[in-house]
Amino acid sequence: MTAPRTLFDKLWDAHRIATLGEDSDLILIDRILLHERTGGIALKSLEEQGRRVNDPAQVFVTMDHVVDTLPGRTDATIMPTGTQFITATRDAARRAGLTLFDLGDPGQGIVHVISPEQGIILPGLTLVCPDSHTCSQGALGGLAWGIGSSEAEHALATSTLRMQKPRQMRIMVTGILPPGTTAKDLALHILRRIGSSGAHGHMVEYAGPAIAALEIEARLTLCNMATELSAFSAIIAPDDKTAAYLAGRRLAPKGEDRAHALAYWRTLATDTDATFDREEVVDATQVRPMVSWGTSPQQAVPLGEVVPAFDPDQRLSTEDAHQRALAYMGLPPGQRLGDLPIDAAFIGSCTNSRLSDLRRAAAILRGRHVAQGVRAICVPGSTAVKAAAEAEGLDRIFLDAGFEWREAGCSMCFFAGGESFGPEERVVTSTNRNFESRQGPRTRSHLASPETVAASAVTGRITAPADLEAGI
Amino acid sequence: MTPFTSLLSRAVPLIRDNIDTDAIIPSREMKSVAKAGLSDGLFAGWRYTAIGGREPNPDFVLNDPLYQGATILLGGPNFGCGSSREHAVWALAEYGFRAIVAPSFNPIFRGNCIRNGILPIEADPQPLAAVDGPLAVDLTSQTITTPDGVTTRFAMEAEPKRMLLEGLDPIDLTLELRARIRAFRDKDRGMHPWHYLDVTGNSQ
Repeated sequence: MTAPRTLFDKLWDAHRIATLGEDSDLILIDRILLHERTGGIALKSLEEQGRRVNDPAQVFVTMDHVVDTLPGRTDATIMPTGTQFITATRDAARRAGLTLFDLGDPGQGIVHVISPEQGIILPGLTLVCPDSHTCSQGALGGLAWGIGSSEAEHALATSTLRMQKPRQMRIMVTGILPPGTTAKDLALHILRRIGSSGAHGHMVEYAGPAIAALEIEARLTLCNMATELSAFSAIIAPDDKTAAYLAGRRLAPKGEDRAHALAYWRTLATDTDATFDREEVVDATQVRPMVSWGTSPQQAVPLGEVVPAFDPDQRLSTEDAHQRALAYMGLPPGQRLGDLPIDAAFIGSCTNSRLSDLRRAAAILRGRHVAQGVRAICVPGSTAVKAAAEAEGLDRIFLDAGFEWREAGCSMCFFAGGESFGPEERVVTSTNRNFESRQGPRTRSHLASPETVAASAVTGRITAPADLEAGI
Repeated sequence: MTPFTSLLSRAVPLIRDNIDTDAIIPSREMKSVAKAGLSDGLFAGWRYTAIGGREPNPDFVLNDPLYQGATILLGGPNFGCGSSREHAVWALAEYGFRAIVAPSFNPIFRGNCIRNGILPIEADPQPLAAVDGPLAVDLTSQTITTPDGVTTRFAMEAEPKRMLLEGLDPIDLTLELRARIRAFRDKDRGMHPWHYLDVTGNSQ
């Protein structure tokens, strides 16, 4: 009889080629994703060392990070040297015979949006990408994690990585999210509770009734923010929703393969008696619409609350970090976040740019208009999401409401030297990072769900969707 | 990769919570598809008086003459969180840092350090920040020693220690196992054929 194992144990064991030493294993990598920001340099460096990609068919390349998202875009970028990243990555990908989702390709988009969309990530696979938000894809039940460019070179050259097995942590989410709250609010709720290094180095398995109730796109949002907990990655056991989501996707198994795959996926869930190094229990019924107030994603509160003063009894932050965040954000403790006027609203990024995100935001914007003086931007996560949204008329709702409607990409989730929000501008954003100057020089970012971004755009101040509906 | 054995240097105190890789190297400072040319952008948002400018901010510790040429950096908890960009480590290495002491590191950042010959030391940086003089860091004995002779041991796993000490190229090491990798994949393909694609995207 074998010892009870976690989902992660099972995937690790199935991919362990060899033990390399007392604390290191050689792990098989099934899929490698690259983008022009950190993937191009990996391909270039590999070539310079005279090495070849071991299995080109397992590698997928997309353009998302520095490409423009304005309509009619070309290789030219607002970012001064962006074209170099695009062309270097494209040329290297072609020379190596890799699958490329280039500008103009219907498969192009943000790497963590297109991978589930096309069935590149599957339950039971290992997948790596030189991008910290690769943890998003654990939502499908695959072992997916972010690496550096040098590790990407190793994966490309050998189809493996030399790994130390991380410790494991289960976050059990009991109950059901209240109506009007989302996976984004849950992610910020967890960050507030356990902090930005709350899952430090651990593989996180999200489990429990609230997770089972989440649709796949919501699970992607939740797992996306695991890197903000400093986790190794996150994963959710595949279930019927996963199987249904993947049915018919371009690279997902079909026919007889699918029957075998479904049977295999059913064996992957964590065994009843398996143990974790750490366990956290989160009550989903306590989650409220959240917004961040500081410069770390853990600095978030429910929308009705005020900006907190430093609490010496908590252990998640130093006083210095708290005061620095308040000064940067231009906020006094006690300020009601719900009253804060905003300059801009942004819907997009690998966290919240999928069709369901755009539908929920559009439901709030229908028949309404963005407040005067607020710049509002919507960037679909992939060319396919954009096409699907347009097919059901969502683009008209965003445009009629006064939003810009963009081409797919990472866009203004971060400031790469091209487009940005302005100094001290306050932005409500559906992205994942509120770091200093992340979205522009000295820009002040408030993380929230797409619904809260949409409602805030309409009133011109940070607003809970329910308050907008109630006319408060 | 340059092997890491020991070093002797003053330590630059930059002990703030959650120093993210956007702060270490802002995206706008990653201007070319290259691993070099990044040190001018290191901590650019804090180090210079204006965004995009190069006039030193005299209040920032890296501009303090006392620390010119220092190779040890003291950081706060969750050092290197955020984006996986290895450019953060390339910028630190090019600037001259060879060791970072922090209470904790983001896992991707830590891996990037080891791949580039920077020793990430998990330890409390506060007592070291109070030391006036050079610290001796020795990887073989896993110790930090102050000028007064106070020695602290730090933890380091066997594989990264070996990589750092010998300056090994892990790709070369792994390629020695090429036959084993091929055999494992062949067997795995029999069990999970849908894991293996051909270049048209069909399973093999």
